[in-house]
Amino acid sequence: MTTSLRIAYLPLTDSAVLAVAREKGFAEEEGIALDLVRTVSWATLRDRLIFGQVQGAHMLAPLAIAVTLGLSQQPAPLAAPYKLNVNGNMLVMAREFAQALEPDIAARLDDPLGTAHDFATAIGLWKRKPVIGVVHRFSSHAIMLRYWLASAGVDPDRDVLLRVVPPSLTVEAMRAGEIDGFIAGEPWGSAAVDADLAEAVAIGERIWRRGVEKVLAFRTPWLEENPQAVDALIRALVRAAAWCDERENHEALAHLLSQPHFVDQPADLIARALSGRIVARTGMPPLDMPDFMLFSREATPFPWRSQALWLYSQLVRWKMVEHTPENAAKAASVFRPDIFRRALAESNVPIPGASMKVEGAVGQPLAVGSKRGELTLGPDRFFDGRVFDPERFDDFLASF
Amino acid sequence: MRIVIIDDSGLRATVLEDGLREAGYDDIHIVPPRGGFVARLERMAPDVVLMDLGSPSRDTLEEMLSVSRALARPIAMFVDQSDEAMIGAAIDAGVSAYVVDGLRKERVKPVLELAVRRFNAFARLQSELDDARTALSDRKIIDRAKSILMSQRGLTEPDAYALLRSSAMNQGKKIVDVAQALITASDLLGGGL
Repeated sequence: MTTSLRIAYLPLTDSAVLAVAREKGFAEEEGIALDLVRTVSWATLRDRLIFGQVQGAHMLAPLAIAVTLGLSQQPAPLAAPYKLNVNGNMLVMAREFAQALEPDIAARLDDPLGTAHDFATAIGLWKRKPVIGVVHRFSSHAIMLRYWLASAGVDPDRDVLLRVVPPSLTVEAMRAGEIDGFIAGEPWGSAAVDADLAEAVAIGERIWRRGVEKVLAFRTPWLEENPQAVDALIRALVRAAAWCDERENHEALAHLLSQPHFVDQPADLIARALSGRIVARTGMPPLDMPDFMLFSREATPFPWRSQALWLYSQLVRWKMVEHTPENAAKAASVFRPDIFRRALAESNVPIPGASMKVEGAVGQPLAVGSKRGELTLGPDRFFDGRVFDPERFDDFLASF
Repeated sequence: MRIVIIDDSGLRATVLEDGLREAGYDDIHIVPPRGGFVARLERMAPDVVLMDLGSPSRDTLEEMLSVSRALARPIAMFVDQSDEAMIGAAIDAGVSAYVVDGLRKERVKPVLELAVRRFNAFARLQSELDDARTALSDRKIIDRAKSILMSQRGLTEPDAYALLRSSAMNQGKKIVDVAQALITASDLLGGGL
């Protein structure tokens, strides 16, 4: 029996797993007729999900939490049993702003703390506040940018202007001089570099080495009522994700995503994030960043509850939500490792035994307890060396 | 009541504006969602904002509505969140509405309903236009195939058409597809007109 599922997505490189699940037949093999609904704003994607016009959505992880907490326009409980990727963002700035930073761009990207301090110093030299584009208030991009700015004492609500610019309009906004830089998912940072409008200032992966990015979100009541469809889709996505991480598939994947109904940008631009070969400045040879964007390895799709809580801690930190035990519990419950485990119970995919971990504690690849098979976690450090222990949430908040 | 329509398509915005004027609203402004449209909107201080759902700039607008001091807090989107049928119709039609001051929702609902009807009518108009264009180009293809048959097989026009029609029926294809195949074949064989 075939189940039809409609999933809304935004044309970004990190929609790859959904695209592959459909186009390479992984969904079909699990009995899912996957209908991908292209949207161009997070607001519309959110509305389509909440009002039941689609069953699932490729969603910014913090937005799923914000909607559940009632911080967005349309509050509704959402559930994310699957992470579509980790990492994949890039902060780029116009040349005249980047000039105040470390000129050796590889060194600049390797040292986000030093770069943040250079940037902080440079703000004082400019005649006006820098205007930085973010894709949404409740995006991992905005949270990452705020975290990075604050590490050098920059108040993101006072010292710079954060402007919401949809990913597909970032390059145009740079060209028109409406923003001085932006942080967005690929391929938009690369597109701005390619157009010689900007250069890389920071890479998401160097800020949080395993930073949560997009999740697959459902309405919680729908998720509870449709366990078979959810499980089948998760199994299809796990296989699609493994395909996406294979080096030999990157060229085909870039070509697939370059089509007009997906990302609609040149394949060689899209290939940079997939293969981790990032052109940071026009004319420079690419820099190797093998962890630039992950889909499958190290249990990338596993929705660690501690990661939902870390995102929540940042919403609290920036006064977007009041910290109460109820809110913390609601935020943590958005990520659903229980559903992930249920869906893959009969498979031989290695699954972490725990649902929480201390975020930022892994410096070297680490073998961990798994229900079956071998599971190695990659380094997940934050660039400032902080560690987030969900058991000591209040201490973590107090440390800012 | 001041209504701002944020829309990239000049035609669709005009269709909507006309409808609103007919319904007795006269303080209507059209703003394309580009550049500093947010600042422009703030100066206008609208009561209701209607926006094309397909515009990527919706996120920018929502951000403004949630932080702006010049505009009051957004009261609602789609006017009444409990009216799911209306919301579904609005999403289908591709329109979202924001009420940006304390207007009562009864006053705004007719505006949204009218917008949905107008957006739907516009979409129909567009698809009829597309159909008409297709029909026109279909006829050109069939005419060209007919003239190939007339000149190369010495057929009359009705006979040429009858031949195309019976071939189409025999092959279970559309006449235009058979005609296109004939033109392609004729071009390949160098006998084209």
